[in-house]
Amino acid sequence: MKQIPRADELGLLACHACSLVVERATAPMHCPRCHTRLHGRRPASVQRSAAFLLAALVLYIPANLLPVMFTSRLGSGEASTILTGVIEFWHAGAWDIALIIFTASVAVPCSKFLVLGLLLVSAGTHSRWAQVERARLYRFVELIGYWSMLDVLVVAIVAALVQFHALSYVEPRVGILFFGMVVIFTMLSAMSFDPRLIWDTQDHDK
Amino acid sequence: MTNDIRDVPSPQVKSARHHPSLVWLVPALAVLVGLSMLIHAWFAKGPVITISFQAATGLEAGKTAVKYKDVVIGNVTAIALSSDNTRVLATVELQKSAAGFAREDSRFWVVRPRIGAGGVSGVETVLSGSYIGVDAGKSTNLKQDFVGLETPPSVVSDTPGKSFLLHTEDLGSLEIGSPVYYRHINVGQVAAYHLDDDGKGVMVQVFIQAPNDRFVTANTRFWNASGVDLSFGSDGLKLNTQSLATIVAGGIAFANPPGGADTAASGQTRFVLAHDEQTAMADPDGEPIVMRLRFDQSLRGLAVGAPVEFLGKDVGRVTAIDVDYDAATQSFPVIVDVVVFSRRLPLVENKVRSTTGDVPIQFQGFMRGLVARGLRAQPRPGNLLTGQLYIALDFIPHARPASFDVSGQPWIMPTVRADFSRLQEQVASIVDKLDHVPFDAIGQHLDADLVTLDKTLRQAGQTLDQVNTQVLPELHGTLQDTRSTLGNFNGVLAPDAQLPQNINQTMLELQRSARSLRTLTDMLGRHPESLVRGRAADSAEAGAPKKEKSTP
Repeated sequence: MKQIPRADELGLLACHACSLVVERATAPMHCPRCHTRLHGRRPASVQRSAAFLLAALVLYIPANLLPVMFTSRLGSGEASTILTGVIEFWHAGAWDIALIIFTASVAVPCSKFLVLGLLLVSAGTHSRWAQVERARLYRFVELIGYWSMLDVLVVAIVAALVQFHALSYVEPRVGILFFGMVVIFTMLSAMSFDPRLIWDTQDHDK
Repeated sequence: MTNDIRDVPSPQVKSARHHPSLVWLVPALAVLVGLSMLIHAWFAKGPVITISFQAATGLEAGKTAVKYKDVVIGNVTAIALSSDNTRVLATVELQKSAAGFAREDSRFWVVRPRIGAGGVSGVETVLSGSYIGVDAGKSTNLKQDFVGLETPPSVVSDTPGKSFLLHTEDLGSLEIGSPVYYRHINVGQVAAYHLDDDGKGVMVQVFIQAPNDRFVTANTRFWNASGVDLSFGSDGLKLNTQSLATIVAGGIAFANPPGGADTAASGQTRFVLAHDEQTAMADPDGEPIVMRLRFDQSLRGLAVGAPVEFLGKDVGRVTAIDVDYDAATQSFPVIVDVVVFSRRLPLVENKVRSTTGDVPIQFQGFMRGLVARGLRAQPRPGNLLTGQLYIALDFIPHARPASFDVSGQPWIMPTVRADFSRLQEQVASIVDKLDHVPFDAIGQHLDADLVTLDKTLRQAGQTLDQVNTQVLPELHGTLQDTRSTLGNFNGVLAPDAQLPQNINQTMLELQRSARSLRTLTDMLGRHPESLVRGRAADSAEAGAPKKEKSTP
């Protein structure tokens, strides 16, 4: 690895916009050709990513506690949260749907929190542990990022379709808004994280 | 390669602009939003109350709503049994804005479909499920544990109108929700009833809705209009009822007597609930005058409640009948207590009563004068069929002098014995006439007649026997003879019998004879001389003479 020099080690960096390679300087730099702001790593990547992750974590609490959907059937209405919906589907025998909802709304966000947290901690300490695996994890997080929007889409479509007035109707509740924000913030967090930080170990920093 | 690298241009360096990372505002905002929601939820949380019901029919934890005027003000969060398992405790979380419903006199009940005499209610809950209805109280004291009503209250507290209290001896067929009628229009209903503390009456609370509550004045008379009032009077059969509903569910009617004050009565005014319209609309009797009567005879047929009449006008009634024992004479006088209402003779009262002085004292003096002129109490038969008696206050001519005894309470009115003599005379004369009927002679005559009848019948029986034994066999023989005669006749007439054959032969002979005769006459026509000369030997007519020869 040492044989192949990194741009960082050579004191060089490339413009994101026009790929012009310039010399690295300490002060805030701008591309001499297209005047884009230059930086070797995304500025404050860990900070931003951590901030978005934290916001997502905070919002995940009301997203789970508040009802996401209100179902009215023949005049008797009922508001359900994500977890009560999963439980209801499970008891109704639709374990496949319950599993899908659980995966999309609980398993995926939680795994994202864990993976991003892990990436941020390891990047912050310039750890050299399992760098290839961490890079793979990052790609995985990027990949599954928007799949949690499934819940939001289900509620949106059902609320739009099931409008039979007195017979039956479905209305979204505020919980789904929080859930959508959780998904967006985790995606922002993943986007803010600079995967090159995985490779910035203490050795390279020197 | 290194040269290439050295050739790279150096970036433009601009003045450093250092500003704190705004990205941390994002989680801060998220925390703020979460916190504000938490605080909002905390403050929006209303009181938690417990309502106990007899059964949790239709209630569901987490689903059943508490509604006021069809607006959700809370939710049932849990349903549990009471510690002694006799009741169901529904835990209700009220909204913050509905905290005012947790008052001491708030009432809760379960709204579910009901069918009663008064109609059908709660139909909308058939599909949507039951909910808990609430009637907001007005008390300033808050409360947490409520006892739910098993039936919806008939009157909710904020309905404009007034409540009135009606006192009655007996509830009759009234129910909570029974209608109240004014001029046959439903203007209110029975809201509640309860026994008096001493158990000697019932207090009925009725609610009259605005604006009709203004028709209830201090003078208003209420009566129980339940069921059907069927009366048969001199003007024919009269059927009186308020509405079909009152027959089933009972009801109350009220009216104002003419000429009364028309200022509306205030709420919670007490009235008397009469048993019927007649009683209710009767003029008030005023203070009763209690008097005691002593009779030395049996008063069979006199009942408590029997009228007391003065010159035929009903002025009071009998309140008690008792038998006393007089040791001095060893007799059993009958003591009758009566009440008399002077108000029932308004004309008399107006003239007698002076504006000043004690009313009983005035009455005493007045009565004393009347008794001196011969006013006495006397039991009289009011109904000859049933033997009912009433007490008549009447002037008895030549009554033994007596005085109106006011020494004790009640005053004692002198009496005379019942005047049954005329009736008795009539009855006696009827009995006398019956006596004169010669039942014995009638009986004897009847006996003799019966004997004769018996004889006649026996003779008739003998005659019939004769007919049976003698005439009928003869008749039988005759009929048999007739039948054989007819059989003979049949034989004679039969086609192969002798008689018809003979007749046939005779006829043939007759035919032949007639033919011969014709031949003869022909020949004589042609040869009249032959009668004299005899037949000529004519070869052409050889046949004719031959015939002629044979015929004679």
